[in-house]
Amino acid sequence: MAYHELIKNFNRIREYMREFYVYGFKSRDEYRQKSARSYDDERRRLESWLGDYMRFRQTPDGKNVFLSIDSRVSLHNPLYAAWKTKSFTDGDITLHFLLFDILSSPEILLSLNEITEKIDARLLPFPEPRMFDASTVRKKLNEYIAEGLIVAEKRGKTMLYRRAAESAVCDADILDFFSEVSPCGVVGSFLLDKGKAHPGHFAFKHHYIASAMDSEIVCALLAAMSEKRYITAEILNRRKERVSENHIVPLRLMNSVQNGRQYLMAYSERFRRIPASRMDSFLSVTAGAVCDTFDDLRHTLDAMQKHMWGVSTQSFSGKRMEHVEFTVRYADDEPHILRRLEREKRVGTVERLDKNTARFTADIFDATEMIPWIRTFLCRITTISFSNKALEAQFKDDLRRMYALYGMEGGETE
Amino acid sequence: MIFSELYGAYYNTVADILGVAIDHPLKKGELHEIVATHAFGESILNIEPALSEERWQLLFSDGTTPIKNTPTMPLTRLEKQWLKAVFADPRIRLFTDELPDFPDVEPLFSADDLCVFDRYADGDPYGDERYIQNFRLILDAIKNGYPLAIDAENRKGTVTHMVVMPSRLEYSEKDDKFRLYGDGCRRGGVVNLGRIFSCKPYTKPFPRRADLKKASREARTVELLLVDKRNALERVLLHFAHFEKEAVKLEDNKYSVTLTYDKDDETEMVIRILSFGPMVKVTAPESFVSLIKERLKSQKSCES
Repeated sequence: MAYHELIKNFNRIREYMREFYVYGFKSRDEYRQKSARSYDDERRRLESWLGDYMRFRQTPDGKNVFLSIDSRVSLHNPLYAAWKTKSFTDGDITLHFLLFDILSSPEILLSLNEITEKIDARLLPFPEPRMFDASTVRKKLNEYIAEGLIVAEKRGKTMLYRRAAESAVCDADILDFFSEVSPCGVVGSFLLDKGKAHPGHFAFKHHYIASAMDSEIVCALLAAMSEKRYITAEILNRRKERVSENHIVPLRLMNSVQNGRQYLMAYSERFRRIPASRMDSFLSVTAGAVCDTFDDLRHTLDAMQKHMWGVSTQSFSGKRMEHVEFTVRYADDEPHILRRLEREKRVGTVERLDKNTARFTADIFDATEMIPWIRTFLCRITTISFSNKALEAQFKDDLRRMYALYGMEGGETE
Repeated sequence: MIFSELYGAYYNTVADILGVAIDHPLKKGELHEIVATHAFGESILNIEPALSEERWQLLFSDGTTPIKNTPTMPLTRLEKQWLKAVFADPRIRLFTDELPDFPDVEPLFSADDLCVFDRYADGDPYGDERYIQNFRLILDAIKNGYPLAIDAENRKGTVTHMVVMPSRLEYSEKDDKFRLYGDGCRRGGVVNLGRIFSCKPYTKPFPRRADLKKASREARTVELLLVDKRNALERVLLHFAHFEKEAVKLEDNKYSVTLTYDKDDETEMVIRILSFGPMVKVTAPESFVSLIKERLKSQKSCES
């Protein structure tokens, strides 16, 4: 098939964008799952959409392509561009502009025949005017009714059509801000595209933009949750390279602002559990029947969250709950350490033991998730204890390996 | 549906082209300029022939159009649903007290549908009236280019006075705080909005923006050697995804990662790298290696 800049299906480009943006070290030959032709086409598309952010590196294995974006400098998420590339037919675009021109205000109310006649009249001056039959026009009108753009009203036996009422355009600052920080922010980007170009007044720090690639999945999950529905989700297990079909009840999106990952907590009837699934592993979501126990399940999740550091609801130790505690020492001029503990802890308690020592204690499902945070206090941890002794041994062994990495006495290598 | 041609760059571009063609016969140069501004690198190769060959019957050969009214489109249901959800966010009050309602749709999401589980707990007070007034004044000053006189508490807890020409507001999702970046004041012109006591327009003579000391970022790089155990590769690359970065595969499970960061965030970078434990080793620059070593030495001393 000939190359085209626009695409019909988002999932393939989603995978390439993830590879180019998050990883970026693979050569052309390593993209084995697709053909070389497919790789060349997707790379060319991304270069066309995101040329300013594409980088190339020549290696002995070939040319590597990657996306490098400092999201603190970009005022808008560049990856949103990919959502503006849906292909369409020549008839789609012609009909689109003719329809909204004919129905140019909400006061104009026309029947299908009247609309079709007006389309013919508009196209008549072309040397070879295109003909749209009534069924094609009706199909497009129905599509637009579903999108909320057109309203149908029955008068007697005749269906009349008008455009939906106009709404006030939202302030550009509101759109600039929320398009970057809200779920499905790409919708804010669509709204910004309708307005005039304007200077941006907001920048974003610690800004993870890759979740934009999962917007369609997030949107489908939000819709299912708002209607308290079951879903059937196709989920990719990247390690096993296998796709599974899961019948689950979506309960809550869990977003991280420290690594950009998005998860879905969903009840699985089969396993009678509420595990987390990574949003970027979802391939499709189909809404099903209403779940009568949705509210109860969500209350269960609320209670569970009091013992979740991240998204894990089960530990490898097999114990229901794991206890963690550690103490940190800080100097007189380091009161911010106590503040750090207070503001960064998500569960558990902080206890001030004396002027220069504080203790953190928590009982959580999976203490493994807490390890990276605890390591951020390295240089001041005086005691540490886990009820999961294997984890405690690993923490201490890791520390010795860190000493060894930097050639420090007391470190040991594997 | 999010992935729809209705929101596509081509539809928006063609809407602009038709807007000009309604006003006067469109010239080729105008078409090229509009496509370059609103569409993608290769879009001209598709849009121009589709219009000129009349596959898209929207433009006559003389540059006029059968379209009579400037192209517009009402808000889609999805757009209204998203706006309605956004209008329920407490931060919306920073911008306005008057919000349109969309009674015909349900919000796309509610606060209960989402949880940000690792946001710091001491975020800015978005419901505080003084904070809201300060935010609105700062945003107005940025837009209209006038200086502000600000009294704010510094890190040591003392109040400082500064006059600053504000240039942008920076929001951190992790900290849940806004910072004002501006030019002209002594301390690099960065102020946490949550620490501002008083903020007023500065009405005395003030240097032109071009003559002011700029608040600038000093870029630094750090090089890491990464061993891909316990899924470290993915965790590191996702964690540092918001930086300009480059990853190179060295051997089967060894990678080199170079990150570009802001000098002011060096301490934060040190602890973020430490959080990955022995899977990540800083290899350069030597000054950064020393920062890591210092922390580890102090940790060893805590154990004795």
